[in-house]
Formats: sequence, structure tokens, C-alpha cells
Amino acid sequence: MEDGNEKQVLSPINEGGEGNTPLHAETQSAPAISLTAEETAAGETRRKIDVLLKAVGDTPIMKTKKWTIERTRTVQGLMDFIKKYLKLDFAEQLFIYVNQSFAPSPDQEVGTLYECFGSDGKLVLHYCKSQAWG
Amino acid sequence: MTDDKDVLRDVWFGRIPTCFTLYQDELTEREAEPYYLLLPRVSYLTLVTDKVRKHFQKVMRTEDISEIWFEFEGIPLKWHYPIGLLFDLHASNTSLPWSITVHFKNFPVKDLLHCQSKDVIEAHFMSSVKEADALKHKSQVINEMQKKDHKQLWMGLQNDKFDQFWAINRKLMEFPTEDGGFRYIPFRIYQQATSERPFIQKLFRPVAIDGKPHTLGDLMKDVCPGAAPAEGEEKKYQVMIHGIEPMFETPVQWLSEHLSYPDNFLHISIIPQPSD
Repeated sequence: MEDGNEKQVLSPINEGGEGNTPLHAETQSAPAISLTAEETAAGETRRKIDVLLKAVGDTPIMKTKKWTIERTRTVQGLMDFIKKYLKLDFAEQLFIYVNQSFAPSPDQEVGTLYECFGSDGKLVLHYCKSQAWG
Repeated sequence: MTDDKDVLRDVWFGRIPTCFTLYQDELTEREAEPYYLLLPRVSYLTLVTDKVRKHFQKVMRTEDISEIWFEFEGIPLKWHYPIGLLFDLHASNTSLPWSITVHFKNFPVKDLLHCQSKDVIEAHFMSSVKEADALKHKSQVINEMQKKDHKQLWMGLQNDKFDQFWAINRKLMEFPTEDGGFRYIPFRIYQQATSERPFIQKLFRPVAIDGKPHTLGDLMKDVCPGAAPAEGEEKKYQVMIHGIEPMFETPVQWLSEHLSYPDNFLHISIIPQPSD
């Protein structure tokens, strides 16, 4: 897919230093967006959404768990990003789950998932190297 | 008077006469005759085209065959969309039989998901059912089912067994009477040739705050206002489900119970009104 686009569309949320690790060298020029409660309240029309990524089972955890992501980014794009971040082999399978129950199809947009299944201003997604649910 | 339940049968047994033709640049040893098939609207292309694949592979050399994919007038057809949706969206105002081109080379990875086995279709289908139930019942109904019930839904679809499928699916269509419907209606709205989003999906309740049932017109106004004709204006778009244009007065709860695809979603196509 759009290889190497992560640096523009995925940025870690600044929280107490945890998210400060730059993704690539390039991300330093695009500072991480820190969200305040007020900004989140106007969330409906924002171009980006907040996503919390949680590992399942023995899948490696990500040092940075909270990210802001373009609404139009697809599940596939997110999978590619996680693989790259975790330095997984590109051919390895990765599953992403919503509500710990269903795996959205790779061409779904995260913005749609956020609108339907987000809560408290963020979308919680679980990722896993093997099939975890269903 | 016909029972509303008859609608379920009519939807399930909807068929599209289709002519499959091998793409002209594919290498064959003999001439590849076109292949005709009645495609079930509610199924998936890669689930019902084994015969098509075998028919064309007979005249091809093994080394010239890789993953099969389908195309209509230059548009790669997404196997993970139900067949009826693909037809409504891309071909509803063209003549029958539906003319699909078969490819065995140059798989368009940008447009299509790989489908190497039926397990992939099953996983996609079950995920959609689960997503729909998350919207309808906060996943309660699907989670209370047993693994064998899930399997029965899939086998019912795969083997085109209406009774087998609906024996389980009816549970997914239940709701507390006092609620007047599901929590949210699982729907997806597709438009031709819009590249920015694959489809629109939002939270939409079947009943308004004042207790009135929401209609298809309400849904359109809320989600896709451009699709409904303004007063005194000529109709520009067709709002289509299963090849028909339901009246805008139809309650969405009724549509969800009767016109959803087996994946439990209402797949709604918005297409330009033909000019003739």
C-alpha cells in the first residue's frame, strides 16, 4: 500500500513522555499532536481519530499504544504500520479486532470503525499474530 | 395476503444470469468458450464460481494460471462484497446477462483482497455477522450462540440452504418488543465511482426519540442527503437494495429484518438515475 506514509498520518500521542519516541527520523519535523479534552469534544469533524492499540497473547506490545490516525486510513494500512513498527516479517499474518470480537475487513476505514465502535473519544483495537476471536 | 416471511425467500433465491468470458490476453491452448451461470445475489463471487474456474482452466496451461479474479467494464469486482451489491452498484442498468471478464493474471492487489480458500470467505462472512450483531444487540445474540450455530449460518449460505440458514439467523433478527427494533441498524451505503470512501456506515437507530419508526427516507436525509430529490426536483439517484428501489416511507427496521444480506447488513447502492 502507500508505503512510508506512516510518518504523516500516524503520530504518537504525547503522554508523559511515553509517546515521544519518534517513529522515524522524519517524524521529528512533524510534532506529535497532543490532545486536550476540549479538542476531543469537537471530535466528530476532526480529520484524525485517536486509536489505542493493545496486543493479545504473545504478540509483542508496542511501546507507544496511543496514536492519532487519519480517518481515511484503512485497516490494512494500520496492519502494515504495526508490522513495520514491531519489525515483523511483512508476510506474517496480523489480525486486528474491534470490541474483542470481530476482525474488520482490511479495506475498511478506521474512521468508520471509530464512528460506530469508538468510546470515550477513542477506538480501542486489539492486534494479534494468530486468530484470537472467532 | 402474502406473509412478510415470503420476502426472505424472494431475497435468498434472487439470481443474476451471468456470462463469464476469459480476458482476451490470457493464454489458452484451445478457444475458451464463454460460461453461463445463475449467480445467487446473496452469495460471494469466489464462493460460487468453482465451475467457472475449472471451465477456463481446462483450456489453459498450469503455468499460465494464478489467482482468479473478476472484472466488469474495467472495474475489478470485490469478492468480499455480496454479488447482488456488486451488480446493483456497477451493472444494474446494463443489459442481461451480466457480462463478467475472468482473469488469471495480474491480480490487482490495490483493489482486491486475496481469496486463496473458502476459509477466507467464511472468516470475512462471520466477521460481518459479528459486526452487525455488535450494532444490533451489543454482540449478545451472537455471543450466546454456540460454535455449531455459527457453522450452520455459514454452511447454510455456502450450500444455498435457506431453512438451515434462517433457523439460526432468525435469532439475530429478534429484539425486545418494548424497544421497537434493534439498537442500531447495520447498514452500508455505497456510491458509484467515489474513490474517497469505500462506503458509508454510521450509527443509526430504527426508532426516533419521539417513538416514530425511522424510514429509509430519514436514513438518506441523515447519512446521504444528496441522494434524496429535493422538492419539485427530478430524481437524480436510485436508492437500490436487491435490485429494487424500496419506498422512502419504508421503516428501516423492517428493511433490516427483511432485506439484509446473510451477513446481516443492509447493503444500499446509490446509483445515478438512468437518463432514458
